[in-house]
Amino acid sequence: MQYIIKKTGVLLITLILVSMLAFLAFQIIPGDPTTKLLGTEYTPERAAALREELGLNRSIPARYWDWLTAFLTGDMGTSYSYSMAVREVLRGKVAVTAALSILSWLLVTAVSIPLGIALARYKGGRFDRISLSINQILMAIPPFFLGILFTYLFGLLLRWFVPGRFVPFSQSFWGCIGYLFFPALAISIPKIAKVAKLLRSSILHEMNLDYVRTAYSHGNSRWMVIKDHVLRNALLPVVTYLAMSLADIVASSIIVEQVFVLPGLGRLLIASISNRDFPVALCIVVIIAFVVVFMNYLADVVTQYVDPRVRLS
Amino acid sequence: MFQIKDKNFRAGLIITGAMLLIILVGTFWTPYDPNAMNASIKMSAPSLYHLLGTDNFGRDIFSRVVEGAGATFLIALASVAIGLVLGLVIGALTGWYGGWVDEVLMRLNDSITAFPSILLALVLIAIFGGGKYNIILALGVLFIPTFARIVRMEVARQKNLDYVRNARLMGVKDMRILFVHILPNTLPVLLSTVAIGFNNAVLAEASMSYLGIGVQPPDPSLGRMLNEAQAYLVSAPWYALSAGLAIILLVLGFGLLSDGLGGDGLA
Repeated sequence: MQYIIKKTGVLLITLILVSMLAFLAFQIIPGDPTTKLLGTEYTPERAAALREELGLNRSIPARYWDWLTAFLTGDMGTSYSYSMAVREVLRGKVAVTAALSILSWLLVTAVSIPLGIALARYKGGRFDRISLSINQILMAIPPFFLGILFTYLFGLLLRWFVPGRFVPFSQSFWGCIGYLFFPALAISIPKIAKVAKLLRSSILHEMNLDYVRTAYSHGNSRWMVIKDHVLRNALLPVVTYLAMSLADIVASSIIVEQVFVLPGLGRLLIASISNRDFPVALCIVVIIAFVVVFMNYLADVVTQYVDPRVRLS
Repeated sequence: MFQIKDKNFRAGLIITGAMLLIILVGTFWTPYDPNAMNASIKMSAPSLYHLLGTDNFGRDIFSRVVEGAGATFLIALASVAIGLVLGLVIGALTGWYGGWVDEVLMRLNDSITAFPSILLALVLIAIFGGGKYNIILALGVLFIPTFARIVRMEVARQKNLDYVRNARLMGVKDMRILFVHILPNTLPVLLSTVAIGFNNAVLAEASMSYLGIGVQPPDPSLGRMLNEAQAYLVSAPWYALSAGLAIILLVLGFGLLSDGLGGDGLA
């Protein structure tokens, strides 16, 4: 319990720091947003009035405080390019990115763990050697390039899906999952390779320990030793890595969304950075950073729940 | 000095060496001018004349890939160098002196690494704008925390070892101990991090240029080529494949090197 309280404290401090950094970063940007907002109707008086209205004349800490309290109550400011509440702009987009990330994460977990176990079980054999080489190559493929390959192979050649025609949730649940499957696969394949490799070496590391020798001397086969004794210990670092890899997955989905023309947060972020629509960009950055920090916190808590020894170190 | 996991390291050395050789030769000579257009051979398939075919303007893709790989490699080199030098100094000083500056910097470090690196790079690009030099700057800044953390950890661990105490007793100055005695001993850990850094830099540059907010035309880059090639997937799939393959080879080479140098290759 004490551990969780301590970790929660660290979580809160990190969240505040992260939001501060993000807010500050978007304040350094050169240029005055009023120029863009007023466009051809720009006069110095109007600019001054607008600056007053947006609160740009006040000190940075005061503005940060206003922004933070507003953000936490769900008021995320107004988009420069769409002239509507950031909340409205984000509506529906969060769900797409979330669905894509969760689907990718589930794929990674479901495939990499059995694969890692199989690799360790048949260590040194042909299956292990060939898979390891393939693994090494898969780890090096950028997800967005895999995405391009998939649009070519499954979209244009095999016509299993129509690239660019995303089926929203509201229209058809399975249609949506069906479209998201390919980007999710592109995101998860390099990750699967990494996790499987990690699990394999984690299991092989455990296999050298004394308790394994004892388990063998009790007459267990290699498979029984792995399944009943080694796996519980070997999975620990993998569980932590899996929980933390959600951050990477969200990051990859920012780019992969672009490949598959998905209407998610990533595409919106890129668009808002290109259009210099900073209220939107700031909100997306903070939302993603909060999710990532929170997932890392969950990883810590889950790890200590699974393995109480962590608390002591 | 290194525990070299032989096969991986050798494979990495061969791949990286071959890529570097091609890039080096490519800076002086490519089979064709990478920018020479020729409308009569638009999007021709790979052949003996054009090893990887030609693109939508009839430009030789092999020459363009070589040029792009060179540009991407230089960007990676420059950004890793910035991150390494600044990270080294910050990490060494905080690790050596400790105290509240160390505490504050490491907290800051933690909250910076809490962002996914691509996201941070995007924020920096939003601030500075796109283009070749800003990418280098953004990625360089991005790498500082990683290097600082690793150097700090090693320095903090080694500063109480006997050889350092010995040097102190003999009256060696702090800075000399730090940079002449301790730093070379952090090399094994540092090298594998440098390899991973290269890896991440190539990936990040490719991703951002692919998104259109990285390297801007007319500067070449592998990511930008992929962005252009995507429009011609049906008529000239070899265009995207060549650029992608070059990225994969660069990343694979550095990944294997880092693996062989004792890192886990998972960055």
